[in-house]
Amino acid sequence: MATTTTKRFAATHRVAGKGRLAGSAALGFTFDGQTYAGVQGDTLASALLANGVHLVGRSFKYHRPRGFLSAGPEEPNALVGIHRDAARKTPNVRATVQELYDGLTAVSQNRWPSLAYDVGAVNNIGSPMFSAGFYYKTFMWPKDAWAKIYEPRIREAAGLGVAPERPDPDTYAQRFAHCDVLIVGAGPSGLAAALAAAESGQRVILCDEQPDVGGALRYESGASIEGQDGWTWAQAAAASLLARDNVRVLTRTTAFGYYAQNMVGLVERVTEHLAHPDLTTPRERLWQVRAKKVILAAGAIERHMVFADNDRPGIMLVSAARTYLNHYGVAVGRNVGVFTANDSAYPAAIDLKKAGVNIAAIVDIRDNPSSALVEEARSLGIEINAGRTVTGTDGRLRVSSMTVQAKSGGPARKVPIDALLMSSGWTPSVHLFSQSRGKVAFDEPTLRFLPGIYAQDCISVGACNGADSLDATVDEGFAAGEKAVRATISAKPKVDKGETWGGGMLGASPGSGPEQIVKAFVDFQNDVTAKDIRQAVREGMRSIEHVKRFTTNGMATDQGKTSNLHGLAIAAEVLDKPIPAVGLTTFRAPYTPVTFGSIVNHAKGELFDPTRRTPMHGWEEQQGAVFEDVGQWKRAWYYPRKGEDMHAAVNRECKTVRTSAGIFDASTLGKIEIVGPDAAKFMELLYTNPWAKLEAGRCRYGIMLREDGFIYDDGVVGRLSDHRFHVTTTTGGAPRVMHHMEDYLQTEFPHLDVWLTSITEQWAVIAVQGPKSRDILQSLVDNIDISDAAMPHMSVREGTICGGVPTRLFRMSFTGERGFEVNVPADYGRAVWEAIWEEGKKHDVCAYGTEAMHVLRAEKGYIIVGQDTDGTVTPGDAGLDWAIGKKKSDFVGIRGLTRPDLVAPGRRQLVGLRTKDPKTVLEEGAQIVDDPKQPIPMKMIGFVTSSYWSENCGRSIAMGLVEGGFGRMGETLHVPMPDGVIEVEVCKPLFFDEKGERLNG
Amino acid sequence: MRKYSVFAIAREAMRGHKGWDQQWTSPEPRKDYDVIIIGAGGHGLATAYYLAKEHGITNIAVLEKGWLGGGNTGRNTTIIRSNYLYDESAGLYNHALNLWDGLSQDLNYNVMYSPRGVMMLAHNVHDVQVLKRHVHANRLNGVPNDWLTPEEAKEFCPPLDISKRARYPIVGAALQRKGGTARHDAVAWGYARAASARGVDIIQNCEVTAVRRSSNGHVIGVDTSKGFIGAKKIGVVAAGHTSVLMEMAGVRMPLESYPLQALVSEPVKPCFPCVVMSNTVHAYISQSDKGELVIGAGTDQYISYSQTGGLHIINHTLDAICEMFPMFARMKMLRSWGGIVDVTPDRSPILAKTPVPGLYVNCGWGTGGFKATPGSGHVFAHTIANDNPHPINAPFTLERFRTGRLIDEAAAAAVAH
Repeated sequence: MATTTTKRFAATHRVAGKGRLAGSAALGFTFDGQTYAGVQGDTLASALLANGVHLVGRSFKYHRPRGFLSAGPEEPNALVGIHRDAARKTPNVRATVQELYDGLTAVSQNRWPSLAYDVGAVNNIGSPMFSAGFYYKTFMWPKDAWAKIYEPRIREAAGLGVAPERPDPDTYAQRFAHCDVLIVGAGPSGLAAALAAAESGQRVILCDEQPDVGGALRYESGASIEGQDGWTWAQAAAASLLARDNVRVLTRTTAFGYYAQNMVGLVERVTEHLAHPDLTTPRERLWQVRAKKVILAAGAIERHMVFADNDRPGIMLVSAARTYLNHYGVAVGRNVGVFTANDSAYPAAIDLKKAGVNIAAIVDIRDNPSSALVEEARSLGIEINAGRTVTGTDGRLRVSSMTVQAKSGGPARKVPIDALLMSSGWTPSVHLFSQSRGKVAFDEPTLRFLPGIYAQDCISVGACNGADSLDATVDEGFAAGEKAVRATISAKPKVDKGETWGGGMLGASPGSGPEQIVKAFVDFQNDVTAKDIRQAVREGMRSIEHVKRFTTNGMATDQGKTSNLHGLAIAAEVLDKPIPAVGLTTFRAPYTPVTFGSIVNHAKGELFDPTRRTPMHGWEEQQGAVFEDVGQWKRAWYYPRKGEDMHAAVNRECKTVRTSAGIFDASTLGKIEIVGPDAAKFMELLYTNPWAKLEAGRCRYGIMLREDGFIYDDGVVGRLSDHRFHVTTTTGGAPRVMHHMEDYLQTEFPHLDVWLTSITEQWAVIAVQGPKSRDILQSLVDNIDISDAAMPHMSVREGTICGGVPTRLFRMSFTGERGFEVNVPADYGRAVWEAIWEEGKKHDVCAYGTEAMHVLRAEKGYIIVGQDTDGTVTPGDAGLDWAIGKKKSDFVGIRGLTRPDLVAPGRRQLVGLRTKDPKTVLEEGAQIVDDPKQPIPMKMIGFVTSSYWSENCGRSIAMGLVEGGFGRMGETLHVPMPDGVIEVEVCKPLFFDEKGERLNG
Repeated sequence: MRKYSVFAIAREAMRGHKGWDQQWTSPEPRKDYDVIIIGAGGHGLATAYYLAKEHGITNIAVLEKGWLGGGNTGRNTTIIRSNYLYDESAGLYNHALNLWDGLSQDLNYNVMYSPRGVMMLAHNVHDVQVLKRHVHANRLNGVPNDWLTPEEAKEFCPPLDISKRARYPIVGAALQRKGGTARHDAVAWGYARAASARGVDIIQNCEVTAVRRSSNGHVIGVDTSKGFIGAKKIGVVAAGHTSVLMEMAGVRMPLESYPLQALVSEPVKPCFPCVVMSNTVHAYISQSDKGELVIGAGTDQYISYSQTGGLHIINHTLDAICEMFPMFARMKMLRSWGGIVDVTPDRSPILAKTPVPGLYVNCGWGTGGFKATPGSGHVFAHTIANDNPHPINAPFTLERFRTGRLIDEAAAAAVAH
């Protein structure tokens, strides 16, 4: 972290006796390596201005020097990088929002070699070439040059800041919250609403993007409420709200998105203003607030004047200059010009004048501005040029003069200035209203889009609703607060004295019209000028959306907060259409840019996605198991012993299972209990197999189809009693099978009396497979006869094991060996596993993982849904016709199965594949062709679904889906690989114990 | 049509760019047309362009409810690739890819096709099986798609985190080097300008309210917000709203419409060289020429015509992005939006004749239609002009959902388009 020892620059522009920061602690910071001084409470912008620094950035396209346009989140120009350390580098931070802290390090962006001397500024000289959309018209020759030459250079020139290169070490947090009333914006209107709503005791959340409440009272020196000046009243109101249990006041918190059902996303900046954030404190916090009622008190944003060279550093909004003076105590110049189309500029000029700043001239495009404010300005000796316009400015890195002329032309006069304040009026912030799917309506007399038709339970109040006096905003806010809680309890704050706003103009100022070829900026950051917009219209762009996309107006990081309406008005003028007929571009979330990290918050690393572990996971880790990800589960893949690689370990595990026995953690298999008088009927409808006659205590391999007739899932199902089935599913398929069943139960078969319960995590499953499996379990089961006679293959018993542990014991096999699957309550899983392991050691068992499981089942040709099938495979294709109840008249997918293509010849069918060279192991996914010599594109007739080295068979084995495969037994087919063709012979998918004797062996 | 070139720009620069022609005209509709295309998105405009250019049919109107290119053409993440599994899909998307290469010159409009490589990541054994199946099938179909180790993947895309730190570490990747991106608006505008120059009427703000048919069932025209417009043939190319339009002609479509979201970050200097897609963690990302990270999210779980989606979908997507690229956690989301995608049961499009004589439909592109734009327009124009499909789109019928002859990329691949 850079710390500051020398303060070479004095705060030359801080005005004694002005602002609210007097007596605050001094802070040091650097900008582009230069050290400066500021005070606690400053923003980076106010601190730089206090030091007389206006040049802070370069524009996107022409690299023109830029200063501060605003004092808030609408800032298009003053974007900087903030570097806390090597990893904590944040690009594109608005200096007008970033609060100053001691040691803050900021760097300018998009310039080389320096901000003052930027080579990219050559673009400005060539700017006549770089008009709107020029890149669509050129860079097309020669053909490959776009991607190789032009595009890389354009990319280098574009972009703003530099993306961080290291993982973000900061943490982020999130909260879900519910409330009765959410109030967005804590200006006078929002505060009044909160005061009204809070008294009722209902839950209220009030948020504001600024560090303090107060909104425009920050700069409105003329406001007085309840006998106090406006700002003081606001702070007192916030304090009274904070004292209540039912009110939450969130400052530094932006409502960025308005989603369905009154869900509003807020982001709270928790540590961005701190010099030394506690590492355990989150940098930002995401709030997802579900509100019964939303009150939008978002205020309004001042627009600039659109005139030639209106972008020089030192040219800014009237409200910005006023904020810097009245809140931060900073004069933005010593000799200030003003250019306006409404009254808002006058109080600014008056405030500055009273603070000792010379006002060089006010230029007012109105012919006869008349109000008390105008008179007051005049009485202070300020020169007012009514009916005149500013037609240009000078100054390379800071404005040095403005050119004043009558609107109708004539002689021009250059007025020397060092800052120029401008205002063309106020744009109500209807962003969130529009995001809520509300429809805005154009108010012709005031040239504003205002909330029209509401789509959700919300209400707009104050300046964002078109109120244009302090009185009116407080009235509207208070009324809305009362209405939201349906109570009248508290007293409305009394406005003693307030300011008004309203009026103004849209579009280019007189003197920067279509006849002039000047750079009158509409969108500063993206360098969109009035003539770019006129050109777009000339080129046939009639919709404002086309104009926006063609010129990029409003697409910069400020999302057009100051530029959209000007752009619209200029397009409407050229089209000679009323503004609403040209349309308004959609307001897209977020309101201001939101850090990815705050949205992600805790969901990273381990918490990115839940990790599911079985009860035996710890034991498996101790045994040195290597795990694989299967869905969210960690499954033991293989258990290498010292010196073994995966291949050796899997070979050993496979051999051991078939010579003695192996134990396998099958807990991840999906398990669903289906219970009720109609359980069997439900099973009949969901599976292809018949279930009605399956006796209690018996199991059956079931296949489930989708409506279209293709295999969806499979698994062994045990019938525990007439009304109770224990269903198993694939590991990955468990949730979707559960949803599939619920979906059908609720929509198609609601008449059935059946209950479905996921029991995947309730039961740990220990598969004991191999010739010795019964010997091992014999001594452990308490009261279950597991002899072949009493408990044949595919049966299930309930009882206890290991001295009283309840079990559902299945006799079943996914290896082709005699086998059992011991289900015990998950809490007993590890203990029973270890007991079986201890007993098994007497019989030379091994633990085996999923890889050996795959090999063993492939040796027997048992399919894995999702590997040997892919959503295009019918039971018939998989050789599982036998699993379809022939007498059944209905089950999900029965109609799909009869469609012409599903019964046509030539379907891909699951077969075994033996490589001609037994040592060659095919690659899963490899494609199969008949004729390997055919040219590309080749006719592919199938592909390899499963392929392994089988130590038990002493050769490689594989399965594949092959066109007409059942009829190709013994045929030689080819697998063309990049390094040669592999010959394979089609065979039955059964490589071991063809007669199936070992199930009882 | 006046030719665009650097010389033309230089000429215009000297007179304040006041001499440019309209890129397309905005005429009032005539009484009737040989062909009406409903929907002025990329696919519809391309269809009109190729009808005019290759089939000599220029008496065409393209009707658009809103503004041209304002649907999914202007809302997608601009990914172009052709590494599809099935022969039918590979044929269709590769046809498009071949047209992308040279489209700027053909249209005399820089659509900024940038073959920067599309990389699809594998995170587990199942992903490897699926992606290798694609790689092998693509190779034999003549679509180069390379298998990369994690180290090779990182070399191609340095921001990639291939450490074991990740919740789902990267175990491999498939890379189609000719895949990439293009500038979506330019595609719509380029086709609109070229079609308009060949006499096609593009009529915006013109909503179709009914499809009219003669007593023998043949289409005769459409009722619109600008009155009745006659047509001998009608092609419906209306993405998420296709089923609504087809219903007007009495054809029920096997489509479901979902909101699909995307977002961009603030612009930054070049930091991401290619397109990366991960189906397992659900993330798609590239960087635009302007410097924004362009990120595709998933569809909502529920059908809807609302062009917005839930925050939780964005949330999930950014989780995945920051999981794979942890340095982007300090980047900021600038804009997010939604579009309506029309999804068929097999996730492959329908480009076909319909049971109604003279009515043709091009829809069902789901979440990935942009990449197919030139190929789709090209073969659909052929289908309309000849009343018979081009061999490339012949398999993409409406009947396949009845016969079961599906082209199920989603089921087969578990890879989102």
